[in-house]
Amino acid sequence: MHPGDMSACEIAGAVARGDISAFECTQAALSRIDRLNGSINAFLHIDAEGAIASARSIDSRRARGESLGPLAGVPIAIKDVLCTRNVPTTCASKMLKDFRPPYDAFVVERLRTSDAVIVGKTNMDEFAMGGSNENSAFGPVRNPWDLSRAPGGSSGGSAACVAAGMSPIALGSDTGGSIRQPAGLCGITGLKPTYGRVSRRGLIAFASSLDQVGPMARSAADCALVLETIAGHDPGDSTSLKADVPPYSRLLEESLAGVRIGRVAAHFTEGLNPEVARAVDEAFAVFRAAGATIHDIEMPHARWGVPTYYLVAPCEASSNLARYDGVHFGHRTDTAQILASHAADRTQKNNIDSDQADSTLVEMYRKSRAEGFGSEVKRRIMLGTYALSAGYYDAYYLKALKVRRLIRQDYLNAFEKVDLIGGPVSATAAFPLGEKTGDPLSMYLVDLYTVTANLAGVGGISFPCGLSASGLPLGFQLQSPALAEPLLLRAADRFQRITDWHQRRPHLEGTLQQP
Amino acid sequence: MAITRSDVAKVASLARLELSNVELDTMTRDLQGIVGFISSLDELDTSGVEPLAHPLGTQNVFREDIPTDSLSLSEALQSAPRHDGKYFLVPAVLGETGSA
Repeated sequence: MHPGDMSACEIAGAVARGDISAFECTQAALSRIDRLNGSINAFLHIDAEGAIASARSIDSRRARGESLGPLAGVPIAIKDVLCTRNVPTTCASKMLKDFRPPYDAFVVERLRTSDAVIVGKTNMDEFAMGGSNENSAFGPVRNPWDLSRAPGGSSGGSAACVAAGMSPIALGSDTGGSIRQPAGLCGITGLKPTYGRVSRRGLIAFASSLDQVGPMARSAADCALVLETIAGHDPGDSTSLKADVPPYSRLLEESLAGVRIGRVAAHFTEGLNPEVARAVDEAFAVFRAAGATIHDIEMPHARWGVPTYYLVAPCEASSNLARYDGVHFGHRTDTAQILASHAADRTQKNNIDSDQADSTLVEMYRKSRAEGFGSEVKRRIMLGTYALSAGYYDAYYLKALKVRRLIRQDYLNAFEKVDLIGGPVSATAAFPLGEKTGDPLSMYLVDLYTVTANLAGVGGISFPCGLSASGLPLGFQLQSPALAEPLLLRAADRFQRITDWHQRRPHLEGTLQQP
Repeated sequence: MAITRSDVAKVASLARLELSNVELDTMTRDLQGIVGFISSLDELDTSGVEPLAHPLGTQNVFREDIPTDSLSLSEALQSAPRHDGKYFLVPAVLGETGSA
C-alpha cells in the first residue's frame, strides 16, 4: 500500500515493525504535498528539511534497537495557530508574517516525543476567526472535493490536507466548531475534546474559555491515537485538567448495546438542507442497528448559542489580541513616517497640543494593528471592545454569560437522560468560495450546530455520514459529557466499522492515484 | 439603540485600531447588523441566572513556588521588531526627539 493511503495506526505499526521506514512515509507525504498544495493551498509552511531530519533520526534509532514513540514515522500537519520552535507561526495573519516562536506548544512537544513527523503548518482563517478559511491573509484553502468550494474553517488547511491525503493526521483548534465543521465539509473525522483535556500552552489565544486543540484524521481510531498523545495535564496551562488520560485507542472494542443517543427535533427544522437531514437520520439508523437507543431530547436554549458565542468570543478576543502592539513581536508600522509627520506638524503649528494628538507610541500601536489585522479580526476586536466598554458591559457581556449558563444547563439536563447527543455538524455541504464573504452574519451562522459544545465545555466529534447528490461529503456530529471521549471515540469508531463513508476520497483528476 | 459612526470611532480609539473613513462606514454598518442580531438575547429572561464565565469553574490554581528556567534574553527578543540586545525599543514616549 502506498504510505500516503495508510492510516496513522497502520504507519506507526509498520514503522515499529520495520516494514516501512519513517523516511519513506515522510517522502510520500512530502511528494503529495508538493504535487497538490499549489491547487489546494492547505499549507502555509512546508518543513521538508525538518521532517526528513526527524524521519532519519527515527529510522536510525530503530536500527540501533531503541524503542520508538507511539506515532513513530507518522506525518502530521499542524494548524498554524500552534507555536513551533523557530518554525514560522503566522496564524494566517500579516501581523505574524515573520514570527518564529522561541518555544514549542505543549502539544507539539508531545508530538515530537512520540516520534510523529511534523511536515508543515496549515492554512486557516486569520487568528482562527471564520468558518470558510477565506479570512486567511495568505489566500483561501480549496476543498479537495471541489476546488471551487470552501473547506470550512477555521481549521480548513488541516481538514483539506487530511482529505487530500497530504498527511494522515493533522492538529486543529476548535473555538466554536473550527475542527468539527471543516472536518464535516471535507469528509474527515475531527474531535474537539472537552475543554481543558488538552493544554492550550503555545496555542495562540483567540477566546481562552472556548479554545481547545484536537486531532483531525481519516478515522476515529486515528483520532484516538493522537488524543492519547496530546491529552493530559500541563502545569503551564492552569485550565488543563488533572484527570488521567485513558488509553483511548484501546477502548474502542466494546459494543454500543444500551448506549443512549439523544436526537434534537429542533435540529431538523428550517435551514437544514434536506440531503443533510436524510444522511443524518440514516446515521441514527446505523447507530440503532448497532445496539444504541435513540431518544428525543430538547435543548431549549441552543437557538441562543450563536448570539451568545458572538459576544463571548469577540470579548475574549479583543482582550487576547491587545498583545499585538508592534512592540514585542509581530508587525510594526514604519515609525520613521510617523516621526516625520509629527515633526512636520510641530513646524507648522509651532507647538502641538499633546491632548489632541496621539503620541508617537500610540500612533504606532494604531497603525501597526491597522496594517497587521484583516477585516474579520478587526470586526471582532471592535465588537468585543464595544460589548465590554463602559455602559454596555451588563447589557451584552454579562447577559451572554447568563445565557451561557442556561446552555450548559441544557447539556447537564440532557446527559441525565442520554449518553451522547447526535445530529448534523453543518446545515449544508461545502459552500462555494465567496458565497458568504460579503455578509459576516451569514458566515457566523455556519457555527449553528457546533458553538454550544464550546460554550458548555463538552466534547464533540464529527465524521462523514454520506455524500450529497453532487458528490460532496456530509457530516454527523456526536457530543458527549465532559471527559467522555472514550465513548465519543468508540461510537464514531463503531460507525466506521459498519459504514465506509470515511474511506471515500476526493477525485483530484487522477493526481492522487500516482505512486 | 443603534450604533453611530461616532460610537465606532470611539471604540476604534479604545481598541487602538486606526480605521480609514471607508472602514468606519463599513464597520458601522457591520456592527449595527451584528449587534442587532446579538440583541435577540434580550428576548430571554435571565433574571436570577448566575453568569458563567468559564466552563470548568476552576478557581485559583496554584503551583509550588519553585523557580524554573525561562526564555533566555536573546530568545525573548528574537521576534521583536526593534531591540538593542537588552531591551525592546519603541519610539520615544516623552519628547519627540527619539528614534525607533
